[in-house]
Amino acid sequence: MVENALRYRDDEPVADPAVTVDAFAEQTNASAVRIEPGDDARILLPHLGRLSLVEVNFPAYTDGRGYSAARILREHGYDGELRAVGDVLLDQLSHMRRCGFDSFAPNQAIDRAAADKALATWPEVYQKTVDGRAAIWAKRHGLA
Amino acid sequence: MYQYDQYDQAMVDARVAEFRDQVNRRLAGEMTEDQFKPLRLKNGLYLQLHAYMLRVAIPYGTLNSAQMRMLGDIADKYDRGYGHFTTRQNIQYNWIKLEDAGDILADLASVEMHAIQTSGNCIRNTTADQFAGAAADELEDPRPYAELLRQWSTFHPEFDYLPRKFKVAIIGSDTDRAAMKLHDIGIQIVKNAAGEIGCRFYVGGGMGRTPMIAPVIGDFVPPLQMISYLEACLRVYNRYGRRDNKYKARIKILVHEIGADEYRRQVEEEFAHILTLGLEPPPAELERIKGYFADPGFETGLSGDIDRSDPDFALWLDQNVHAHKQPGYAIVTISLKPTGGIPGDASADQIRLMADLAKAHSFDELRVTHAQNIVLPHVKKADLYALWQKLDAAGLASANLDLISDIIACPGLDYCSLANARSIPVAQKISERFADLGRQRELGELKLKISGCINACGHHHAGHIGILGVDRKGVENYQLLLGGSEGADTSLGTITGPGFNEDGIVDAVEKATDVYLAQRTDGERFLDTYRRIGMAPFKEAIYG
Repeated sequence: MVENALRYRDDEPVADPAVTVDAFAEQTNASAVRIEPGDDARILLPHLGRLSLVEVNFPAYTDGRGYSAARILREHGYDGELRAVGDVLLDQLSHMRRCGFDSFAPNQAIDRAAADKALATWPEVYQKTVDGRAAIWAKRHGLA
Repeated sequence: MYQYDQYDQAMVDARVAEFRDQVNRRLAGEMTEDQFKPLRLKNGLYLQLHAYMLRVAIPYGTLNSAQMRMLGDIADKYDRGYGHFTTRQNIQYNWIKLEDAGDILADLASVEMHAIQTSGNCIRNTTADQFAGAAADELEDPRPYAELLRQWSTFHPEFDYLPRKFKVAIIGSDTDRAAMKLHDIGIQIVKNAAGEIGCRFYVGGGMGRTPMIAPVIGDFVPPLQMISYLEACLRVYNRYGRRDNKYKARIKILVHEIGADEYRRQVEEEFAHILTLGLEPPPAELERIKGYFADPGFETGLSGDIDRSDPDFALWLDQNVHAHKQPGYAIVTISLKPTGGIPGDASADQIRLMADLAKAHSFDELRVTHAQNIVLPHVKKADLYALWQKLDAAGLASANLDLISDIIACPGLDYCSLANARSIPVAQKISERFADLGRQRELGELKLKISGCINACGHHHAGHIGILGVDRKGVENYQLLLGGSEGADTSLGTITGPGFNEDGIVDAVEKATDVYLAQRTDGERFLDTYRRIGMAPFKEAIYG
């Protein structure tokens, strides 16, 4: 059981521990991996088929590299669990969700009701990303 | 100009609600100041030396009279009766209470304004040519592109925690009035040999402690791929920009360290991928936005004659009025640089008067310039004299545009917690020393810019004459730079030598202008003479 878990998926959580990117390269049966801010998420692209959990670590919430890592994985078709871990705070959840995260394991617990409210902050979105929401421009021109 | 639809309005309304909630949680102690700080910064709220400062976004420096009027009312209601227009074409209020911030944002939202991303390590408010849509030399109006960019950058989820702040400027003329090459990204709209419009991307410019002129990264990006190219530029920066040292975290350092060619290669690779994702708004969206920037109802067949019989008016006309693309009209720049004044400051009454004048004489439109002045972009030549009389009565008719007293200055140590020295008193003393307009006109175009610390908010690197305030063993000290420029001929200034105290720097500036007057040849500006004769004669006069 992951501590402080907030999941926005219906499937069963993956039980396997997430290994480092280096260990993942050597363990051909590993199905869970953890990305640190300096890791290149694109290293995982050839292996998306066997991955069911990617953890993206945020040692400090001000380091935004994990947002790009998440989006790159989703843009290349990864549909397993994508979990933001570490210094993950209430006011960042909405943007994280938009970049493809569907699970959170913050160092400090976040109340589920507060999280749901934070995720509903933006009635509309200006950009097309990977969360399936229609951008405002798509709605304006009947493309959604 | 652009008007919100229900979607745009819903977004700023949601922001007001979100920020009210964040302020309440902070005041209730549910958030630490460290956790709150980046959130308030993204709403333009800084903690300065004496109070909170609120920076309000004026997207690409364009606003209507109702918005301008609201800026005046906010100055009265929540500040001390004045506002400060900034080098980012925004406005700042220096005496704000945290408890009022939510109400101010709500007042702003009622006139389609906000303070979104006016600070913090995110994509800041986009700036543009203040003469857009009016300039006689314009190839393409940059405002629709700037609005497209505004919407794309607003609450962009991937780029809200960049290594450092990110500033974009966009122009559509060969004359660069926006210091475009000194931005993280500068976009110039250009035409190729086939006559097609495209965006030329300059990436990695900036001032600060390591000033750099941006190299061309994307020579010709089709307008309908501009957003995708921006995504690529930002993603490479977000992933690989330095985060180990905040002074080396701007994109200019990344581009400099890996080289423009390698950065370009990475951007092109990312761009090819992003083009497959369909992130670009459709052509109809750019067309929709362009509809808002159609020419106002200009009259035709107007006379171009102006009665110049009032000599003071004639001086102002020659200095502060520019050619308009439409016969019978002119572009007016209102100088916020009176002798002895604080550059960029305007009282609430002055702000409301400018709003009224825009409504009466400029199709309801105003612009803020990065040189901290206000533009009325579409004034009938026949109205100029009446307009000038009203400005003159309100202390707004200084005829000093681009002259030595049209000074850019940062707030400096009078307000800013980062500053090492005061900027405002130096600006005031220089404008008083050169108060004689005849003398200023004799010196001609001379852009003087003052920063109170090496962060360079006062653009001292880009001044024909630049002044940098430093702290020297606990005493304010001012270094002099010569030879900077921010236009199409962008260059970075060079330090003359040892610094001066507050009175000494004013003397040094005067000596530099004396060298120019003695050495210039016909038609040379200060900058031209400096470029021709070099630093040595100036140094000799200043230190000899």
